[in-house]
Amino acid sequence: MTEMICAGFGGQGVLTAGMLLIHAGMKQGNNVIFYPSYGSEMRGGTANCAIKISEKKIASPVIRQADIVFTMNAPAIDKFESILKPGGLLLVNSSLVDENRTYRDDIRVIKAPVTDIAGELGNPRGANIAMIGVLAASTDLFDPEFLLAQINDYFEAKGKKVPANEACFRKGMETAQ
Amino acid sequence: MTLAEVPTRIVYSRPEVLDKRVTHYCPGCTHGVAHRLVAEVLEEMGEVENAIGVASVGCSVFIYNYFNIDFVEAAHGRAPAMATGIKRLLPDRTVFTYQGDGDLASIGMGEIVGAASRGEKITVIFLNNANYGMTGGQMAPTTLPGQKTTSSPYGKDAARFGKPFRIEDAYSGFDMGYLARGALVGAANINRAKKMIRKAFEKHMDNQGLCYVELLSPCPTNWNLAPLKAKDFLLEEMTKHFPLGEFKGGDAK
Amino acid sequence: MAKQLIKGNTAVAEAALRAGLEGYFGYPITPQTELLEHLSARMPELGRPFVQAESELGAINMVYGAACTGKRVMTSSSSPGVSLMMEGLSYIAGTEVPMVLVDVVRGGPGLGNIAPAQGDYNQIVHGGGHGDYHMIVLAPASVQEAVDLTALAFDLAEKYRTITCIMMDGSIGQMMEPAELPPMQPLRTEIPDWAVRGAKNGDKRVLTSINLDPPAQEVMNLRLMKRWQEIEANEVRYKGYFLEDAEYVVVGFGTAGRIALSAVRAAREEGIKIGLLRPITVAPFPIDVLDELTEKVKAFLVVEMNAGQMFEDVRLVVRGRKPVEFFGRMGGVVPFPDEVLTEIHRLVGTPQTTEGSPRDRWLARLAETIG
Repeated sequence: MTEMICAGFGGQGVLTAGMLLIHAGMKQGNNVIFYPSYGSEMRGGTANCAIKISEKKIASPVIRQADIVFTMNAPAIDKFESILKPGGLLLVNSSLVDENRTYRDDIRVIKAPVTDIAGELGNPRGANIAMIGVLAASTDLFDPEFLLAQINDYFEAKGKKVPANEACFRKGMETAQ
Repeated sequence: MTLAEVPTRIVYSRPEVLDKRVTHYCPGCTHGVAHRLVAEVLEEMGEVENAIGVASVGCSVFIYNYFNIDFVEAAHGRAPAMATGIKRLLPDRTVFTYQGDGDLASIGMGEIVGAASRGEKITVIFLNNANYGMTGGQMAPTTLPGQKTTSSPYGKDAARFGKPFRIEDAYSGFDMGYLARGALVGAANINRAKKMIRKAFEKHMDNQGLCYVELLSPCPTNWNLAPLKAKDFLLEEMTKHFPLGEFKGGDAK
Repeated sequence: MAKQLIKGNTAVAEAALRAGLEGYFGYPITPQTELLEHLSARMPELGRPFVQAESELGAINMVYGAACTGKRVMTSSSSPGVSLMMEGLSYIAGTEVPMVLVDVVRGGPGLGNIAPAQGDYNQIVHGGGHGDYHMIVLAPASVQEAVDLTALAFDLAEKYRTITCIMMDGSIGQMMEPAELPPMQPLRTEIPDWAVRGAKNGDKRVLTSINLDPPAQEVMNLRLMKRWQEIEANEVRYKGYFLEDAEYVVVGFGTAGRIALSAVRAAREEGIKIGLLRPITVAPFPIDVLDELTEKVKAFLVVEMNAGQMFEDVRLVVRGRKPVEFFGRMGGVVPFPDEVLTEIHRLVGTPQTTEGSPRDRWLARLAETIG
């Protein structure tokens, strides 16, 4: 089972990122669960969700120790770095986080300037997709091409085809490699 | 011409929709008059088979024993909410509540204001006798300043318990189909009250919004007054605080 | 129909709509609000009444009126809102009109918090409102199960002229899982004979919960209790896991049951002969199966997200014949499977007793953990 937190400012698409990942997980034949922050937890402009992707049945929606923490800003790191398992993966949006920031030494940290990437590619709302590209390149959770196809599927089903997403995704992958 | 030869004409009889039975109301109480006026209006409008009443908690809790129409019985104060539920599911029916002042003006203030603010298409008949009748004459939001009740034995102190609740102030900002206050003593007042009730039901069925008639009623038992004295008290004292008239939806006269 | 990712609250709302919901009345409260929001869009689309009430008190009494018309109606809320509805629920039970209540339970008492909890068990299962009445209470453990129980909730309410409550932990309402929604059902066309509609030819119907004559009221009470006996005889639903050869049994409902299942599976992998009984109807309570298990097993462990509310019902059935231990988390804290596994190890590894207070023992352990 992979347990993961996605966190960032409201509007950075962290809930969408979580949705995209469990959508792909479901299409891959896994059990999935998505548990968002809600109510007063959402006030103050931050958002997060817990997602689980597993071959086995999933018991709890709550995460105590995460395999992956997918962050889009510094407050998300403040809040969730400590929840990572030793050896876990922290994804950092280096466009918005101090480059001298120090991290736990028992985790893997991958930094990518996803806000800049999305801006440069003319798809400012695609920073979350770029970070999913980073995730795809730095884990074996998904076959990247399958994941990209599922992302496109998800948006098409909502009637929102975003061709620039592919560029963001590939650029994210490239940055991580 | 002998008496037997005088041609007869029925000028007054029990409306068919009222059951032929003695009411449980006290002597001098005018709940019975209010029932009759509602019954006459429903018959005259041909709405008897289309009407659903919502009874409330108070002296009139058994109103459904007297009317041959469908009725439901609400929890104390909740009649406008219950009427909302019925009217929304059966929008072509005549749905009305029949409530007293403890029920409507105190415990049920949230529900009546909610229904009025939504413009719920129901009729509300509000009988005001300035006290809680069923529980034995306690102070109500409608009790007059200085009036003695079983829970204001020294007379109602308006500084501590408020001035009488007045519909024309409370609902002044609402869009309502009709809002009026009548009194159930004296033939002229009763005739006028009936016209008010008729207008309320007509405007309600014309979907003009919540239609609301307050009826001042004497309560000789709890006022500790003989019926005729109670009638005088109503006309002389109660109407000082509760002026009669139409406040919304009335015809210009 | 294919599975789709859907949030529990939205799924129950859509499932109710497809089961022929004809009127919805509610009030916003976290973590239930998406249910109301979904219906605020879908009911008008289908020309069906939706009202956002002035309060939960207003909402339940609107449902009361609407239920008197014999149509399929429901409301939904979360714990503090349901407390406010208790008056109306008692009246509805006393008037014997059917309705569905969805309670998306959160941490309490008081304003508490908005995290998932199971602290409403007592107020939903053992009354809450005044007088002798029961509701049928369904406790789903997944989004799919919540969907599947929704149509059943209406059917049972109408079959027995009673209230059916879908009592789901805040997490079931908030989380998103793959689920398959049922197809759209046509609205019912026949009106039950007892429903108000306008009296033709003086054939009037009066729906009330008042009965001033005590002997007559007692006859009504007897009718309600007999109906409940019928419900107890016919409508018990539960899921058993690994019960055949189980020497130990965990009992838990909803999210706690689902988490316990994960711990039970892990214990089975270690060779511990343990099973899980997950009541789906917490009312009527699965008394017979628990009674049979009592004869077979060595001890029980009850797991809940409260201070042991269903635990008392388990103890009533077990009647001291076997040890019954308790593990709970309160206040919106969701237990983890390994915490339950630790409790299973304790149950299996140390001599159990029917003496003393299992709750006191649990509280002492909990105090050590959380200070």
